[in-house]
Amino acid sequence: MTTTQTGVRTTGRIGDSAQRPDGTLKVTGEFAYASDLWHDDMVWGVTLRSPHPHARIRRIDVTEALTVPGVSAVLTADDVPGENAYGLEHADQPVLAAEFVRYEGEPVALVAADHPETARRAAARIRVHYEVLPALTDPRRALDDDAPQVHPGGNLVRHLRLRRGDPEPTAPVVVSIDFEVGMQDQAFLGPESGLAVPAEDGGVDLYVATQWLHVDQRQICLALGMPPEKVRLTLAGVGGAFGGREDLSVHVHACLLALRTGRPVKMSYGREESFYGHVHRHPATMTYEFGAERDGTLVYAKARTLLDGGAYASSTAAVVGNAGLLGLGPYRIPSVAVDAYGVFTHNPPCGAMRGFGCVQAAFAHEALMDELAAAVGVSPVEIRQRNGFVEGDRTVTGQVIDSAAPVAELLQRVADLPLPSALPERPDLLDLPGAVGNTTHGEGVHRGVGYAVTYKNIGFSEGFDDYSTARVRLQVVAGEAVATVHTAAAEVGQGLVTVQQQIARTELGVERVVVVPADTAVGSAGSTSASRQTYVTGGAVKAACEAVRTAVLQRAAVALGRPVAGLALDGDKVVGPSGEVLAGLGEVLGDDAVEETVEWRHRPTHAVDPETGQGDAHVQFAFSAHRAVVDVDTELGLVKVVALDTAQDVGRAINPDAVVGQIHGGSAQGMGLALMEEVVVTDGHVRNPSFTDYLLPTILDMPPMRVEVLEYADPHAPYGVRGVGEPPTISSGPAVAAAVRAACAKPLRRVPIRPEHITGT
Amino acid sequence: MDFLQPSSWDEALASRAERPDALPIAGGTDVMVELNFDRRRPGALLDLSRVDELRAWSVEDGAVRLGAGVPYARVITELADRLPGLAMAARTVGSPQIRVRGTVGGNLGSASPAGDAHPPLLAAGAEVEVASAARGTRRIPVAEFFTGVKRNALEPDELIAAVHVRTARGPQQFCKVGTRNAMVISVSAFALALHPDRQAVGTGIGSAAPTPRRAPEAEEFLAGELDWAGRAALPESLARAFGERVAAAASPIDDVRGTAAYRRHSLAVLARRAATWAWDDLRRAA
Ligand SMILES: Cc1cc2nc3c(=O)[nH]c(=O)nc-3n(C[C@H](O)[C@H](O)[C@H](O)COP(=O)(O)OP(=O)(O)OC[C@H]3O[C@@H](n4cnc5c(N)ncnc54)[C@H](O)[C@@H]3O)c2cc1C
Repeated sequence: MTTTQTGVRTTGRIGDSAQRPDGTLKVTGEFAYASDLWHDDMVWGVTLRSPHPHARIRRIDVTEALTVPGVSAVLTADDVPGENAYGLEHADQPVLAAEFVRYEGEPVALVAADHPETARRAAARIRVHYEVLPALTDPRRALDDDAPQVHPGGNLVRHLRLRRGDPEPTAPVVVSIDFEVGMQDQAFLGPESGLAVPAEDGGVDLYVATQWLHVDQRQICLALGMPPEKVRLTLAGVGGAFGGREDLSVHVHACLLALRTGRPVKMSYGREESFYGHVHRHPATMTYEFGAERDGTLVYAKARTLLDGGAYASSTAAVVGNAGLLGLGPYRIPSVAVDAYGVFTHNPPCGAMRGFGCVQAAFAHEALMDELAAAVGVSPVEIRQRNGFVEGDRTVTGQVIDSAAPVAELLQRVADLPLPSALPERPDLLDLPGAVGNTTHGEGVHRGVGYAVTYKNIGFSEGFDDYSTARVRLQVVAGEAVATVHTAAAEVGQGLVTVQQQIARTELGVERVVVVPADTAVGSAGSTSASRQTYVTGGAVKAACEAVRTAVLQRAAVALGRPVAGLALDGDKVVGPSGEVLAGLGEVLGDDAVEETVEWRHRPTHAVDPETGQGDAHVQFAFSAHRAVVDVDTELGLVKVVALDTAQDVGRAINPDAVVGQIHGGSAQGMGLALMEEVVVTDGHVRNPSFTDYLLPTILDMPPMRVEVLEYADPHAPYGVRGVGEPPTISSGPAVAAAVRAACAKPLRRVPIRPEHITGT
Repeated sequence: MDFLQPSSWDEALASRAERPDALPIAGGTDVMVELNFDRRRPGALLDLSRVDELRAWSVEDGAVRLGAGVPYARVITELADRLPGLAMAARTVGSPQIRVRGTVGGNLGSASPAGDAHPPLLAAGAEVEVASAARGTRRIPVAEFFTGVKRNALEPDELIAAVHVRTARGPQQFCKVGTRNAMVISVSAFALALHPDRQAVGTGIGSAAPTPRRAPEAEEFLAGELDWAGRAALPESLARAFGERVAAAASPIDDVRGTAAYRRHSLAVLARRAATWAWDDLRRAA
C-alpha cells in the first residue's frame, strides 16, 4: 500500500497546527485516562456520602462494614491524621464530615476492599446515625437574620462592591431586567480518578486527574500532616476539566486509604458520583438596570447579583469578584453601582467553571443590551458597537485596556457573515426543531437571530501571585538534538503539551521535543484555568528555552572563538549571522546536557479597593462575539440552533487548529447552558445526576460553526497570545438566548430555556 | 450470577420455568443500566440473543409477527412500509448503538411509560404473544399488557415471543417531544393510525400517564367526524378538538423532564398535527 502525503509539511513551530501527540490515542480509545490506572495488588476505595443536605452526625458504626470479607480499611473523620479541612481559598471543607454534613453527597466515610463491588457493599453497611436538620436551600434567604447558619460566622462568602462615577445618576432612557441562571455541570467525560501508592519513605505517590498539582499537594499535606517531600503528585490522563477539577475529589481519600492499608489504592467515580464529587457552576439571580442617552450611549449601570455558593467556599469569592468586576460586559459606562454576593447554602458546593462568573452575568447584560436597543430603536449590533470598548478605554474598575479591544469589529465580523438560508418548503426532519421526533413539518416554526459579545479576564486577578515554572534541557542523544520540557502544568485535553513542544521547537530550533509527565518534582505551573496556561506556562517554557539557548550559544562562542552575538540555533546546528553552519550541536555539547529552570510571572495585578472595587485587577482581557440563528417551534417550545458563528481575538494563534477546537467546544458548552444543561436541585437534592437527564448537546443540537479568528497581538504577552478557552463559553449562550427571544417574541428571563418557558405551560 | 444462554425457544422457556430468579436479557440496553446502578441483582441472566426464532419477522394473515428480539435498526430498514408508525418510533430511540442492540421485546419487557415502541403498537391495536413451557402460548392485546409503572402482564414463567401488528391499511404518524434533538427520553409522545378500511382511528400516548395508553374517546370522536367517504380536508377546528381530547386522556405528572401542564399541552399540539398530516396523506393517496 502506498500513502500520499497531502498538504504542506508542518514545521511544528508556533503558528502551525502541529499534531497533538495524544490525538490518535484518544480517537482510537487507547489513551490511558486516570480511570485506567492500574497497580498490581491494588485495592479499591469507595466513598460513603451523606443522603441529607443538612444533618448532625450522632454516631458512626463501622463494625459491620469491617466484617465484610475482602475489606481492608474503613475510615471516618477520626482517621484524618492532619487537619480535617481543605479548600482552594479557605480550608473550610472537611476531608470526611465530622460533626455535620452540609450538602447531599458530602463524604462521610471511606472503605478499601479488594473489589470495588465489595467496597460498595461494605460502605452500605456503615451505620451513620444522622439527626436531620433544617436546610437552607434558597440562596435568597441566606442573608436573612433567621436563616439557618451553614457555618459559624454567617452565610456571606463575599460581597463585592463596585462604585464609579455619579452616585445618583439619571438618564433619559432606563431599562431593567431580572435574570436567573441555573446550575451547570462541567460534565467532563472522564470522571474523577486517582491511584495512591504508599512509598517506602512513609510518604505517598498520588497519580490523579487534576488541574493544578501543587495546590492539591498543599491541601493533601495539610490533611495528612506530612511535608511536601513526602506527598508527590503525578498527573494522570485527564478527560476534561472545565473548572470541575480545581477542588479536591479522590485525592486525600485515596492517600488516607493507601497509608492505612499499605497497599496501592485506586478510586474512580462513576457518572452519578461525579455529579456529587465536584463543584458546579453557581446558579445566579441578577437584577440589572441600564441608563442611556436617547441614542443608546450608556450613562450608568446598576447590578445586583446573588450567587449560590452551596455548602463550602471553594472559589466562590473569586467567582463573585469576576461577576462583579466584569459583570457589566465590554462596555464604556461612566457611572456604575454593582453589588455581587456569594452565599453559603446547603445546596451542592459551587466553584470554578469555564467562564467563571462572567457566564452568568453575560446572560443578564446581553439581554438588557437588547432591551436598550429596542428602547432607543437601534439594532442589537449597533447598540453594542456604540458602547463597546476600544483600546485605551477604562473599564468599570478604572483599569486602562492596554491592548486590542476590538468589540465593534468582532460584532461586524459576525454580522457580515452570510445568514443561513430559510427552511425549504418540505424541510428534512433533521433540520427542524424536534428532528426525527417528527414534532413539526414546519408548523409553528419561527426563526430568530441573536447577538452577544463578551470580555473575560485571562490569568489570575486581584493581586494573586500568578506564575509558572518550566525546566528545559537540551542534549544530544544518539546524534540527535533532543529538548526535554518539564512542567507541572496540567494538560486537560486543551492541547498544552503540543503548545509546549511548539514553543521549544521555535526557541531551540530542534525537531524532537519530549514533554515529560507533569508532576510535583518541578515547581508549580499554576492552574489550568482562567484560560492562562498558553500564556503563563507558555511564557515559562519560552523563558526557560531562552535561558538554555543563551547558555548553549555561550558555550559555542567559547568553542568557536567567536562573539556570541550573531550565533543562533537551527535544527541540530549552531549557525552564524547569515545562516551558515558553524558547528553541530553535538560538537558543542558533547555528552553534556544544558538545563535551565525558570519561574515566570506575568505583569502583577492588584487588589481592588474594598469600598469602590476600583483598581487594575486584571492582566489581560479577551474578547469574543457570537451570532446565533435559531428555529423555534413556538407552539411546542422546541429549538433547533441553525447557526452559531463567532469572531474572537486570540492575540496570536500558537496552534490554529487547537484554537478553533477550543472555540467550537466552548461555544457548544455555552449553548448547552442556554438550552438544556442544568443540575436540577430541589430542597437540596440533586434530581438528575446522570446523562439520561442532565442533557448535553448532541451533534444534532450543535450546528457547524463559522469561526473568524483575529490575531491582534498583545504586546505584553509572550508571542502576543491572548487566552482562548473561556470567551466562547461566555458569549455563545447569551446569543442563543437572544435568538430564541427574537424567534418567539417572549422575554425569557431564565436559562436554560425550557419548552415550558416558551409555551407558558 | 449465572449466565444462561439457551439456543432455542423451547430451551429458553424451559430455563425460564426452572429459574424464576433469572432475568431475561435481549439487547441489554435496559438490563445493563439496571445492573450498573445496582437496582437489580438477579441470580442469573437468561440471554435470549442466541434464540433465532426471536430475531425473525414474518407476515401472517395481514399482520406482521415481529419476533421479540428484532432490534430497532431492522424495524427501520425492513418494516418501514408495513409498520410505518413503529418504524418512525424506532428512528427516535436513543443513538445508533442503542438502535442496533435494543429490541421491541425489551421495550415491552421494561414496560416503561416512556417506551417509544408502545404508542404505535397501541395505535395499531397490536397483540403481544407470550409463552410458557407449562401453558403454551397466549396473546394479550397491547392495551392490556401494561399493568402499572414499569409493570406488565407477563407471568413469572413467561417470555415474550413476538408482537402481532396489523400491516398498515392507512397513514400512521409518531411524534415524540424531548428537550434535545436526539438521544432523549420522551417528555411526551403520541402515535396515530388511521384505519380507513374500518373507518377507525387508533391512538397511543407515551410518557403522560403511569402506563402507555390509548385515548379511546378521542379515537371515537375523530373517527365519527372524519369525512371518510368524501375525504374533505380536515377542518382546523376538528383537529384542535381531537387534540384536546387526546390531552384530556392523559394523566401526566411533573418531573425533572417536564411539567404535567406542558405534557398535556404538547400532546394536544402533537395530536392535532399528527391528525392533519395523516389525513392529508390519506387524501393524497386517494
Ligand atoms: C442510552 C440509551 C438510550 C435509550 N433511549 C431510548 C429511547 O429513546 N426510547 C426508548 O423507548 N428506550 C430507550 N432506551 C431504553 C432501551 O433501549 C429500550 O427500552 C429497549 O427497547 C430495550 O430493549 P433491549 O433489547 O435492550 O432490552 P433488555 O435490556 O435486554 O431488556 C429489557 C427488559 O425486558 C425484559 N425482556 C427482554 N426480552 C424479553 C423477552 N423476550 N421476554 C420477556 N422479557 C424480556 C428484560 O428482562 C428486561 O426486564 C435507551 C437506553 C439507553 C441505554
